[in-house]
Amino acid sequence: MSNAKKSRTIKVDYMARVEGEGALFLKIRDGKVSDVKLKIFEPPRFFEAFLRGRKWTEAPDITARICGICPIAYQSSSISAMESIVGAKIDGPIRELRRLVYCGEWIESHVLHMAMLHAPDFLGYEDAIQMAKDHPDVVKNALRLKKIGNELMTVVGGREIHPINLRVGGFYRTPTKKQLLAMRDDLLWACDASVALTKLVSTFEFPDFERDYEFVAMRHPGEYPLWEGRLVSNRGLDIPIEDFFKHFEEEHVKHSTSLHSFVKLRGAYHVGPLARFNLNFDRLTPRCRELAQEIGVTPPCTNPFKSIVVRGFETLYACEESLRIIESYEEPEKPFIELAPRAGRGHGCSEAPRGICYHTYAIDDNGVITDARIAPPTAQNQRTMEEDLAAFVPRHADLPDDKLTWRCEQAVRNYDPCISCSCHFLRLHVDRD
Amino acid sequence: MAAAHKPKLAVWKFASCDGCQLSLLDCEDELLAVADAVEIAYFPEATRAVVKGPYDVSLVEGSITTSHDAERIQKIRKQSKCVITIGACATSGGIQALRNFADVAEYTKYVYASPGYISTLAASTPISSHIYVDFELQGCPINKLQLVEVLNAFLHGHKPNVASHSLCIECKRRGIPCVMVAQGIPCMGPVTHAGCGSICPSYNRGCYSCYGPMETPNTASLAAWFGKLGTDRADVVRKFRTFYAGKDAYRKESERHEQR
Ligand code: SF4
Ligand code: SF4
Repeated sequence: MSNAKKSRTIKVDYMARVEGEGALFLKIRDGKVSDVKLKIFEPPRFFEAFLRGRKWTEAPDITARICGICPIAYQSSSISAMESIVGAKIDGPIRELRRLVYCGEWIESHVLHMAMLHAPDFLGYEDAIQMAKDHPDVVKNALRLKKIGNELMTVVGGREIHPINLRVGGFYRTPTKKQLLAMRDDLLWACDASVALTKLVSTFEFPDFERDYEFVAMRHPGEYPLWEGRLVSNRGLDIPIEDFFKHFEEEHVKHSTSLHSFVKLRGAYHVGPLARFNLNFDRLTPRCRELAQEIGVTPPCTNPFKSIVVRGFETLYACEESLRIIESYEEPEKPFIELAPRAGRGHGCSEAPRGICYHTYAIDDNGVITDARIAPPTAQNQRTMEEDLAAFVPRHADLPDDKLTWRCEQAVRNYDPCISCSCHFLRLHVDRD
Repeated sequence: MAAAHKPKLAVWKFASCDGCQLSLLDCEDELLAVADAVEIAYFPEATRAVVKGPYDVSLVEGSITTSHDAERIQKIRKQSKCVITIGACATSGGIQALRNFADVAEYTKYVYASPGYISTLAASTPISSHIYVDFELQGCPINKLQLVEVLNAFLHGHKPNVASHSLCIECKRRGIPCVMVAQGIPCMGPVTHAGCGSICPSYNRGCYSCYGPMETPNTASLAAWFGKLGTDRADVVRKFRTFYAGKDAYRKESERHEQR
């Protein structure tokens, strides 16, 4: 029997159902994890380096290409950073449309993750297509729900992957009230569909696993966080985003090829849906909170496997928020505010589906970028993922190798990692033998 | 007539953002039909299952930026009856080809604290500079409907119906007033490959050529127009150096305007 073995190695050469290229390596000695590596072999793409010399107005189009799964996050954070340099404050319908397009990304990304990438783990299928054979309606409804997210991105952003309509100062063209209202029936359906999907995933069997995380998320005075807010944590952090690098530090860990983020003097932290949910439960809509009560997943929720349920609450939130926005929307007079560059540094942060995405840029008087730093969410979670594995494996060491391997992969998929965000995700050592 | 086996489809990733393979998962209406028509044999973004090659169709996303990847693509060619590259990265080197104009050692030092650990090639190159490619589908990201068309064409042995004319023709077809003529906005449309459906001009902005060069683009003439519209030389360089910076036509035009 495998559990009788003293020493075991769990190896996954290519993590499936995650975005980007990563591998998993665990060494177990006497039931304890002696080595854990989440290897990232995504080749470097050097975004921060080549952003220098580009115009500040180009940042949203360029940084979108860091990740095809959450382009809005990169566009939003770079736009906020640029606007903060010139002290622009964007309010009214433009701000609402920004939330709307971000809701589209949340719906699309969360549903893709829940139904297509993660649910198969819980139900024991290799993928959603296999799953569709036994559960055709679940997959079909999920595809329709995901499509509604994509349609929001298209109607506001012009396209679902790498939207073209977001710019520093606003949009190139704003949608008409009629165009938005055309989505109303779909969104009403989507609210019900996300409740159903959430209820379904809440019936999955969750490993008994809780950890005491430092959760970090944005917090806004009146809203569930998307574009704006301060950075807060359950251990007392409460800072403006421009202080990001005063409190977070990126460290090169010897055993790993990648860059890990830490809260200074404290250690690993957790960003993403679970962090937002635990820190902003009071900002969810009543329907979301009722659903959470009914299902029995309420803060504090510290089981990372339950993030699939929390993604469901956030999907419902995004559908309801979209409805609110399209119903109250008034077409603005101008789609954008004309902004002139001036030398300075700015900061931007927004809540990508998988957690905070922080950017800082310096520009000169002509609006040419002279410095760029980006901290993508997956990089921030990476240390936490490894710590989860180290804590999870000893408790489940009696599982046979194939089951344990699958569970470990799943423990990583809890974070919906987006490894292609290799802008400076990692200090990389390409080693793939 | 029962087919001996369903054609085997593999999806491979190199340096990229994953957006082009996501286009396949974004085919919400067609996905289950595609999964019916082919055997998804290798597609790690979507499935844990791995079916051994050879593969009938390999879709390749991303550019070659490491020596390991330069070897990996050779193996993929050997196992694939047909190789289709998808997206700007795979067909031109992508946005990461901006390194081709710079010093990669300096880039590495700027981005990574331990540059010594980084092993990367000085240039980001398209798949076709390493192996024979049966078909290249352009776009950053690709158009998902074109992807379905291309897959369908290869599965049925006919030529994909993907136009190679300029974006301007798409504007005319859709009746979108020319943003350059009507509003004086510099637009890359005249030298850009059709396929997106002229999204940007319909949103009152100039095309930034995320579909790359059309066949035989007259880049010099367009650059002269930009000059007349008041675009300075550095901006002309930037316009030709975005997602298709690695393509010869754009590279050469950008170099002509570079001040040394
Ligand atoms: S071509 Fe564009 S969309 Fe496709 S993988 Fe490359 S960066 Fe992403
Ligand atoms: S108009 Fe040009 S930049 Fe815009 S989506 Fe189409 S090809 Fe890309």
